[in-house]
Amino acid sequence: MSAPLAATAEVAAVRELAAELAAITTRPWTLMEVCGGQTHAIVRWGLDQLLPPGLRLIHGPGCPVCVTPAATIDAARALARRPEVILCSYGDMLRVPGSAADDGPGDLLGVRAEGGDVRLLTSPLEALALARRHPDRQVVFLAVGFETTAPATALLVRQAMAAGAANLSLLAAHVRVPPAMAAILVAEGNQVQGFLAAGHVCAVMGTAELEQLADRHRVPVVVSGFEPLDLMRGLVACVRQLERGEARVANAYGRVVRQQGNPAARALLESVFEPVDRPWRGFGVIPGGGLGLRAPFRSLEAGARFSDMPGGPEAGVEPAGVCISGRILQGRARPMDCPAFGTACTPEHPLGAPMVSSEGACAAYHRYGRRG
Amino acid sequence: MAEPAPPATPRIQLAHGGGGTLMQQLIDAELRCLYADPDQVLHDAARLSLPHGRLAFTTDSYVVQPLEFEGGDIGTLAVTGTANDLAMAGARPLVLSLGLILEEGLELALLRRIVSSMVEAARRCGVTIVTGDTKVVERGKGDGAFLNTSGIGLLQVDAPIDPLAIVPGDQLLVSGDLGRHGVAILAARHGLDLQPPLATDCMPLWPAVEALLGAGVRLHCLRDLTRGGLASALQELAAPGGLELLVEEERIPVAEPVRRTCELLGFDPLHLANEGRFLAVVPEADRQRALEVLAPAGGAWIGRVLEAGPGAGRPRGRVLLRTPYGSERVLVPLSGELLPRIC
Repeated sequence: MSAPLAATAEVAAVRELAAELAAITTRPWTLMEVCGGQTHAIVRWGLDQLLPPGLRLIHGPGCPVCVTPAATIDAARALARRPEVILCSYGDMLRVPGSAADDGPGDLLGVRAEGGDVRLLTSPLEALALARRHPDRQVVFLAVGFETTAPATALLVRQAMAAGAANLSLLAAHVRVPPAMAAILVAEGNQVQGFLAAGHVCAVMGTAELEQLADRHRVPVVVSGFEPLDLMRGLVACVRQLERGEARVANAYGRVVRQQGNPAARALLESVFEPVDRPWRGFGVIPGGGLGLRAPFRSLEAGARFSDMPGGPEAGVEPAGVCISGRILQGRARPMDCPAFGTACTPEHPLGAPMVSSEGACAAYHRYGRRG
Repeated sequence: MAEPAPPATPRIQLAHGGGGTLMQQLIDAELRCLYADPDQVLHDAARLSLPHGRLAFTTDSYVVQPLEFEGGDIGTLAVTGTANDLAMAGARPLVLSLGLILEEGLELALLRRIVSSMVEAARRCGVTIVTGDTKVVERGKGDGAFLNTSGIGLLQVDAPIDPLAIVPGDQLLVSGDLGRHGVAILAARHGLDLQPPLATDCMPLWPAVEALLGAGVRLHCLRDLTRGGLASALQELAAPGGLELLVEEERIPVAEPVRRTCELLGFDPLHLANEGRFLAVVPEADRQRALEVLAPAGGAWIGRVLEAGPGAGRPRGRVLLRTPYGSERVLVPLSGELLPRIC
């Protein structure tokens, strides 16, 4: 749910933009909306039905829950089985399947059902409070998210260091969006000609990284919001550039995004994290695609705390079986192309992460009745 | 309510359900006021003199958490909900039974408020509680209170009100704005401090049904919009006859505070429960008359049953939603639990 239903002025504005889009589109174009929130709004409001023929939207990988590698889930499951550990993360992460398991979906809730202490957090700082309440236990926070949530994790890291919390550690799986956009562009058979970039990521990080991307790959990148009107504005701005042969960064979400982003949040993030190569589910290792703790904070890594921890995330292991979530995350297939979609794979019994997460493309298609 | 004797303790004890003195005290002090004929309380069965005609009979159990919320409590729901189920069959609600399962430790003051709500709800619904039963379970084995009510009503329609009576061309109307009960429960459960507070929409539905019948509206089907909200109700109506329903999103009435709360929490008002709203399916010729009855209380026309396509077999029952932008999507019932224990 985002925009009001009967805001007639907005409805009229969206229709005007749809007409403008039809007027300026002279050739087929394929655009990718990067963020899962944008995908949800597009499917929720049927915005793709308002586009001129030939203008195609591909759903991007912009759901941090979805791109967390199965190996990271497996490591979290192994830790959660240890009697001294309290493993905590965000709600959606608890239901994401790890590698195929004999004993069910291989998610963290499965470990909880076995008696593991797995807890849901709504804010990273709750992990520190948990550690203080349970000095005899080891609290492990499975930290996921894009640049939007990384500053809050950075705050936790700084506070945990300052407090000398010896019983708190992180399984850090934060990811960076621009390297994934670059990976999509250089992949063989890429069809994406322009991006609607994720507005909330840019609200933190600004647009500098995207400018490099636009220059290097000659691709228009339009920073867009999440309401129907924001998305239509983004589409018009992107198609206009393509039609004119331009390739630069434009900001169609000016009410939220400034060019320099949020300097305080960026500084906090950059003081704690540095770019690292990181596997994304469905992609394999993306150079610079993750955020790792800087050297002074590495004592907080779960790997440093638990010497016998199973090896770090392996390169993009695909879920076994029929699930095609890897191709969906790369924009190479749509949810209904999957033989399991809506039958073997549903929100109640997800086979792949995009059906679990509230921002996953499969969940959006399922929730809004897009079946064929 | 008669002045109760001071209870021995302010909480329910196991012995209150034991059949002995304490139980008698509980009935005398707290429960007798529920019954129109207090003497009947002590009999094993109520003796009924019902008007002549065909009857409707229904039962429902109530396990809502929390027990109290803005504008009502589990008692309000238990009486109104069962009376409304009768109304949805086209029956004037007449009598109810009441089963109370109380948890040891329940505050007597809370029980008193629930009982008082039931008395008031029965008055508003025009029903009489004629028989009942009380049990107490050990602490931890219940959730404060579970209620069951069964009800008998007198049918006021000749043709059955049934999803299979719906035909292509029929019109869909709702009796008021949607989602208030769901939001009231959400707010109570999560400590949301909505300003001003949003009360449940729980209310008797029979008066509106009676008014529709009085206006000569032929009712092909009625459905109260409880668990699963409008989305589930539409699906339940479409499925049995393999019908295709089309609703216009911008015609569906949703109050601004409900809309805002849903936006904040990521819910869809069409999935939220209502306890005083229903969907009416009427022939096209009766649409205007039905609207004249329902509109003063906030009711609205929201859509229609589509004609079967030429040469097409019966479509699998489905509900299409046209967005304000003119795009269409299939409206699916919520999967999983949005809110456990809402009624």
